[in-house]
Amino acid sequence: MLKTFPKGGIHPAENKITSSKAIKRMPVPKVVYVPIAQHIGIPSEIIVDRKDKVEIGQVIAKSGGFVSSNIHSPVAGTVTKLDMIVDTSGYKKQCIVIRTDVKNESNFEVQDFPLKKEITMGQKDILKHITDSGIVGLGGATFPSHVKLDLKNDNKVDCLIINGVECEPYLTADHRLMLERADEIIVGIQILMHALHINEAVIGIENNKKDAVKALKRAGQSDKRIKVAALQVKYPQGSEKQLIKAILKREVPKGGLPMDVGVIVHNVGTIFSIYLAVQYDQPLIERVVTVTGKKIENASNFWVKIGTPIKDLVAEVGGLPEGTRKIVNGGPMMGKAIKNTDVPVTKGTSGILVISEDEASRQDPKNCIRCGHCVFVCPMGLEPHLLMNLSEKGLYERAASEDIMTCIECGSCSYVCPSHRPLLDYIRFGKSIIKKLNTAKN
Amino acid sequence: MADPIIISASPHVHSDRTSKRVMYDVLYALIPAFLVSIYVFGINALILTSVAVISCIVFEYLIQKYLLKTEIAIADGSALITGILLAFNLPSNLPIWMIIIGAFIAIGVAKLSFGGLGYNIFNPALVGRVFLLVCFPVQMTSWPIAVENYLSLDAVTGETTLGIIKEGLMYGETMTTISEKIPSVMELLLGITSGSAGEMSALALLLGGLFLIVRKVITWHIPVTILVTMAVMTGVFWLVNPELYANPLIHILSGGAILGAFYMATDLVTSPMTKKGMVIFAIGIAIITVVIRLFGAYPEGVSFAILIMNAFVPLIDKYFKPRRFGNKIKSKIM
Repeated sequence: MLKTFPKGGIHPAENKITSSKAIKRMPVPKVVYVPIAQHIGIPSEIIVDRKDKVEIGQVIAKSGGFVSSNIHSPVAGTVTKLDMIVDTSGYKKQCIVIRTDVKNESNFEVQDFPLKKEITMGQKDILKHITDSGIVGLGGATFPSHVKLDLKNDNKVDCLIINGVECEPYLTADHRLMLERADEIIVGIQILMHALHINEAVIGIENNKKDAVKALKRAGQSDKRIKVAALQVKYPQGSEKQLIKAILKREVPKGGLPMDVGVIVHNVGTIFSIYLAVQYDQPLIERVVTVTGKKIENASNFWVKIGTPIKDLVAEVGGLPEGTRKIVNGGPMMGKAIKNTDVPVTKGTSGILVISEDEASRQDPKNCIRCGHCVFVCPMGLEPHLLMNLSEKGLYERAASEDIMTCIECGSCSYVCPSHRPLLDYIRFGKSIIKKLNTAKN
Repeated sequence: MADPIIISASPHVHSDRTSKRVMYDVLYALIPAFLVSIYVFGINALILTSVAVISCIVFEYLIQKYLLKTEIAIADGSALITGILLAFNLPSNLPIWMIIIGAFIAIGVAKLSFGGLGYNIFNPALVGRVFLLVCFPVQMTSWPIAVENYLSLDAVTGETTLGIIKEGLMYGETMTTISEKIPSVMELLLGITSGSAGEMSALALLLGGLFLIVRKVITWHIPVTILVTMAVMTGVFWLVNPELYANPLIHILSGGAILGAFYMATDLVTSPMTKKGMVIFAIGIAIITVVIRLFGAYPEGVSFAILIMNAFVPLIDKYFKPRRFGNKIKSKIM
């Protein structure tokens, strides 16, 4: 039996259409739109001005605090505007607009970074490079990576878990990266183990990516401290808490962090960025994005500069197909629907999913028939039907005492509900109100 | 772009498990038992089921249209299933007007007056049955025996297995002499006995029950716990005195145990929503059933047991919560 987390979970249709498509390089966009809030935490502070010339990789927005991150220019060019544009959240956010200098050759040379295994840097330098390079969690949460690495003395971390689960249907960005850059990922893991004095690392990969399991086993065979764990295919295994439970059987306490059980979790994409940052001093200015959809002509995976408008990506795969009704930034379970394709790719964009008419609309909700499936599939042991009711009726205190705040918003409850009830919508609503009430209290 | 882009919160995909599929699965699961009831009781079973189904649907329609003035919900199929389950719980030669009364009580009182699908506390079909049992005890306990002529409307009535045992023991007979009068285990399995229309063949019911579990309409927790608890309880009594108490196999295969365990107690709306709760609920049903069967005035107690436990479901749901992830301390009681 393959390992997995014990409570709840679902298995939606995988639809990994692009799993055999090698990562292609997107042409350099003419204009990039770089939002300053691409990570969880405080937005970065803009340090460039209109008409400034910027180099590729130059810091254009400085970290705004500890839980924040630097942002670098993805291209060499001229800052044309500091503007408010709609980002993936649907709100207007501040953003730096840079026109690419088509004459500057540094924009078009594809840098070749040969595998560099030797780790020469000391612990402090490694952490500094990670902090300065603007690395955030690339799995989608975009939590600044250096925060996770800042260990307090009382937290003893003994295991590093690498998240190569990619449990979202459709997405294959991490899968392809693991296949094509297995050696670099192993070095990235060694860098972190070296910096944090950890002697055990486990790479968790769902077993629908057997080739990736094999590739990383081969790449890591000389290092006995690194193990690869093939996991049963079950959503939401990519969630930190579920992944730790699946691999180590340790349970992160309510309201706690992986550190509380001696674990740090990083996504494979993040590890690759850390490798580039430490070995080649490369800041995070591009990432792998899966552009996919059942009706997309040339669905594939791409290396994309941060700030590239999504319409460039869509054009690259053959344009929006007839009958497109929904465009999702991310996967179908947790991704955000976006209004139009002007929205730029950010550090957290793992995929663009185009959904057509037949699957885009929700069905009308009906009465709850108390089938209990939302309770069975909830990986956090919550009762979604109850939480929805409490939120709907405005009973927020009771909802809080029923642990509504521990919901990880994986959407399994809404996915299985035979009456199509908008369970997660109401839970999110309840959570946001409770958050506001709590801030008001303090 | 001609069509507007839809913005909605995640998830953007949905499982193909819809209410409609759940309903059809229940219907399919009832087919084997329905065929057996027609085989055993002939045209009477067909009349009974049709009358029950049609009156349930008509009552739902009339009440929703003229009394409640709400949306007509007969298309959701729940009234259809209530009708079939009500028929399965009645003797096949019950007068038609009584069936209609039962349907009215089931739909009008037990279901719609509580707020309709999803809000009813008690299993509608069982409320209909128990109402009839209390009002018309004679007709409700004249059990037809298997017919020779399938088209005959007249039925020869006899007693159920549990009825024979109860009466025999009351007159001081021992199980050894009683066991000669009751059907064999094989006959109970196949359904060549007397009883309610749908509770005849244990085998046919088990077949449909397994289908429901495989299709994930129900989980094993309720039916297995009910049958195991019943077997253990009646087994203890039987071991203590086999002359006074029937053996567990007879208890499980006769009466409404299997029909109740797989189809009535598992009714989604009126059973608990957590697996822990389901086990508690099922143990309660089994205990009450066995107590009624062994010590009560009625030979059979599954319907009463389920209805009594239905009343406890809100409490069970409140106190038996799933274990919260990351809560080392056991979930505290409110």
